[in-house]
Amino acid sequence: MIITLTVNGRRTELDLDPRTTLLDALRHHLALTGTKKGCDHGQCGACTLLVNGRRINSCLALAASHDGDEITTIEGLGKPEAMSDLQAAFVQHDGYQCGYCTPGQIMSAEAMLAEVAEGWPSYVTRALDDDPTLTDEEMAERMSGNLCRCSAYPRIRQAIGAVRDARASRTEAAE
Amino acid sequence: MRPFDYSRADGAPDAAAKAAQGATILAGGTNLLDLMKLEVMAPEAVVDISRLDLTGITPTEDGGLRIGALVTNTDLANDRTVRTQYPVLSRALLSGATVQLRNKATTGGNLLQRTRCPYFYDTGAACNKRDPGSGCAAMTGCNRILAVLGGSDHCIATHPSDMAVAMRALRARVALESPEGTREIALADLHVLPGDTPEVETVLQPGEVITSVILPPAPPGRQAYVKIRDRASYAFALVSVAGIVAIEDGRITEAALAFGGLAPKPWRDPEVEAALIGQPAGPAAAEAAADVLLADAKGHGGNDFKIPLARRTLKRALRELTEATS
Repeated sequence: MIITLTVNGRRTELDLDPRTTLLDALRHHLALTGTKKGCDHGQCGACTLLVNGRRINSCLALAASHDGDEITTIEGLGKPEAMSDLQAAFVQHDGYQCGYCTPGQIMSAEAMLAEVAEGWPSYVTRALDDDPTLTDEEMAERMSGNLCRCSAYPRIRQAIGAVRDARASRTEAAE
Repeated sequence: MRPFDYSRADGAPDAAAKAAQGATILAGGTNLLDLMKLEVMAPEAVVDISRLDLTGITPTEDGGLRIGALVTNTDLANDRTVRTQYPVLSRALLSGATVQLRNKATTGGNLLQRTRCPYFYDTGAACNKRDPGSGCAAMTGCNRILAVLGGSDHCIATHPSDMAVAMRALRARVALESPEGTREIALADLHVLPGDTPEVETVLQPGEVITSVILPPAPPGRQAYVKIRDRASYAFALVSVAGIVAIEDGRITEAALAFGGLAPKPWRDPEVEAALIGQPAGPAAAEAAADVLLADAKGHGGNDFKIPLARRTLKRALRELTEATS
């Protein structure tokens, strides 16, 4: 079947078996291998990407269900020579060991920073009617869908925390 | 994954018509695609309803809330009315899965998700739910996460939803559509106990699809969702309690308690609530309610611990619901 995806701003038409997941469409049909296949069952988060701005596990989505959608992958955030702030922070803070989960961690973190800015509560948010702040406890809960088998969690938190703080001071400076 | 015919429904009636012909409904897909990859489920036809206009959260005339079947778990948990009027539902949703999954998972799909019994997932094992008549490997196997209430000799699978437990305490109703027309049932009546037909999980007829869930007006009292699990985040409940309790002059005047992780369906026992009404809030009332809840509880070895755990979780929930706030 023919579907259209807009991936990192580029519109592409694909002819796919209906069984093709969004993850496999990117990796096997568009040669975008930044999005990783870990468990392929929605348990590890390595395949996390953004669909219309929201993070999902691309292994548990049929490409056919996302006909016409806007997809953002790690390749859409930055390039090795022009990294995004999160990508640079993961390098600076050594937020990985083997690196396999890193694209999923970064995509998830990118979405999480937006979710907190929009006031989404989490399981550990004390008052549901207040806007949350991204404490370490909140970060751990909100990132629990991204496993790191090397257990680089303390440095992943440091990297994300640095971007949280940098973005907050930029916003303050602008105001 | 086995090959299947893929089609998109152009409306709820079209989805119902295709389901009546045997197609499996695909919404968020977070459970169905997993089961199809493992070939626990191998539908010949899949009808995708994910683009249908069933995503509204709207007030009802009587002051309740109608939740479209395709409202994502994220959007429901984030909804301002749900957060302020039905916090037990927000809390239950936020205790389940991960943001990535909640962004895809839908209200209707959450209700109809399948058990996470390891033997249901293992196509090499005996499972009366997956392969009727083959037996139940869980009875003598690893049954740590399985049911101590409502099971049968043929199946002790648990219903894994947190959302449904909160909705059960909130006395939710479910709107259904089929080629024959529409009807509305209590959520309490949606899921059925396994008995000797564990492959039958709901009262849905072929061709019936869930179009919305209706919450009555928010009940008086305090609401809480207490969930006990093997790790702090992203795990199914071993035991959970959705509670709504009102107190006057130190005595419990209203109580709604639903339980997750204990049974094949979101569990609610009117006698547990009756044991609390009129009693002074405190440990004695909680112990009495736990006695009623667990009178017929039956462990199978690996899940024996759930019986005392359920008692402690109920006591903790009642303490949170009745303690004076500082």
